[in-house]
Amino acid sequence: MGNMVTSPNSVTSEIQSTSLPKSWAPPPFIKNRILRWGLMLGLVLYLYLSVGMLEVNWTRIYEGLDRGAKFVFGFMNPNFAGRWSDISEGIIESLMMTVTSTVIGIAISIPIGFGAASNLAPLPIYLFCRAIIALSRSFQEIIVAILFVAIFGFGPLAGVLTLSFASIGFLSKLLAEDIESMDKSQAEAVKATGSPWWQWINYGVQPQIMPRLIGLSLYRLDINFRESAVVGLVGAGGIGATLNTAFDRYEYDTAAAILILIIGIVMLSEYISGYIRAGVQ
Amino acid sequence: MTEALSSTPKVWQHRNRNQQLLSWFLWLTGTAIFMYCWQMISESTTWFFVWDAPRIAADIGSRMIPPRWSYISELLEPLWDTINIATIGTMLAILMAVPVAFLAARNTTPSTKFVRPIALLIIVSSRSINSLIWALLLVSIIGPGVVAGIVAISLRSIGFISKLLYEAIEEIDKDQVEAISATGASGLQKLIYGIFPQILPAFAGISVFRWDINIRESTVLGYVGAGGIGLQLNASLNVLAWPQVTLILILILLTVIFSEWVSAKVRHAII
Repeated sequence: MGNMVTSPNSVTSEIQSTSLPKSWAPPPFIKNRILRWGLMLGLVLYLYLSVGMLEVNWTRIYEGLDRGAKFVFGFMNPNFAGRWSDISEGIIESLMMTVTSTVIGIAISIPIGFGAASNLAPLPIYLFCRAIIALSRSFQEIIVAILFVAIFGFGPLAGVLTLSFASIGFLSKLLAEDIESMDKSQAEAVKATGSPWWQWINYGVQPQIMPRLIGLSLYRLDINFRESAVVGLVGAGGIGATLNTAFDRYEYDTAAAILILIIGIVMLSEYISGYIRAGVQ
Repeated sequence: MTEALSSTPKVWQHRNRNQQLLSWFLWLTGTAIFMYCWQMISESTTWFFVWDAPRIAADIGSRMIPPRWSYISELLEPLWDTINIATIGTMLAILMAVPVAFLAARNTTPSTKFVRPIALLIIVSSRSINSLIWALLLVSIIGPGVVAGIVAISLRSIGFISKLLYEAIEEIDKDQVEAISATGASGLQKLIYGIFPQILPAFAGISVFRWDINIRESTVLGYVGAGGIGLQLNASLNVLAWPQVTLILILILLTVIFSEWVSAKVRHAII
């Protein structure tokens, strides 16, 4: 926004120094001319290279259009009844994985979040906790799920551990940032009463971060549900396995029913969490 | 009266009685739900394998080291594909997301009753479904390959970009648009000279941020057959070639760090 305000001045000075042009052009977004044209040239070159190397099998896509139409048709007429026992089992398992992994994730993230806040933790603990967060954030859930399935065997436990592990990176990082930006004077006031360390945390720090922690946890609950649909693809439990089977059998009406259920639950949870967050803050 | 008070000293409590009871009740319900869920998951777990896990983990760990460096010659092309999936996918997503965002923003939508709900539905559907599931769907419709990955990434990104963009559009400064319309500008001119310049920085930031996320997501799309380095990951896992898996994981980590660095750099330059 800043450059938008100052740019008219530079434009007028440019106009005054040269012979007055008759037309006006808006100031460019990137001011440096070499950088601007260089970026555009690079973009064109990149597009030429990357799109040129695409191998598009048009006949396969043409054949697929038929199936695409079938999927759209399936979305119009979702088939909940056909495999209802599989679907309900998968959805319930997904929901349970969501709850369990979020609770475990929160329980582990709180100490790590405190440890990763530079104003609370000593340097060695700080670095250790930040390393855990970086590790958890770098890898996609699905890669972690593959490794956990290999280690712990098939089933929802591998999924729960995957989602808990992914929650740690997310929750701890944002929690640590919230602790770092807290109001120091409140914590100091509690310390001035001569309270021991745990009371200082409980009465000086915790009330300040509680609304944020609740909001983040609800948000993570949401994410964990969406991700629980994915970890099933690699055998880590949940609705993903049912969905994968439905696609493999080209049963698009069943797949559409599952997707509609997922979208519905996500919308519902977004609505409820918005309600709770408004109540907390 | 004062004697009566001081004779029964009341200890300070954080909450009053009703709040305390409510809080205990919520904790009890929460714990009960958690225990029930945990029990269900525990029932469908083969605990024998779990107790065996440390040995298996150590075994896999020892097989993963050292990485098979020579395998890198076969990984460069999939890596290029992965970056292309993310980049072209993001570009396509931007093309589709910008109109959706303008239809969803309260101050630019043609109709709050009919058009806006449809735009919001598009945003929610795109956001609720993970890119891997989009990829699964597209692989089964248009066949395995890079194209399925590109379309999956772009369908998934529409919701994210549109949501952040329409929030930015709703927060614009009205006076600037009014000033443009006072010159007698048409609707399109108001859009180009009144609104676009205001949302351009936010737009660039959102796009680069999404590109960064898409790089991460496109590394695994190959797992369901949608092209990129995930294809090699799946192949190596299927034949239990752990040294190759290590090399792929290292490469993914480096790519992710690189994209995060680029996105941080660009966003820093814009903001």
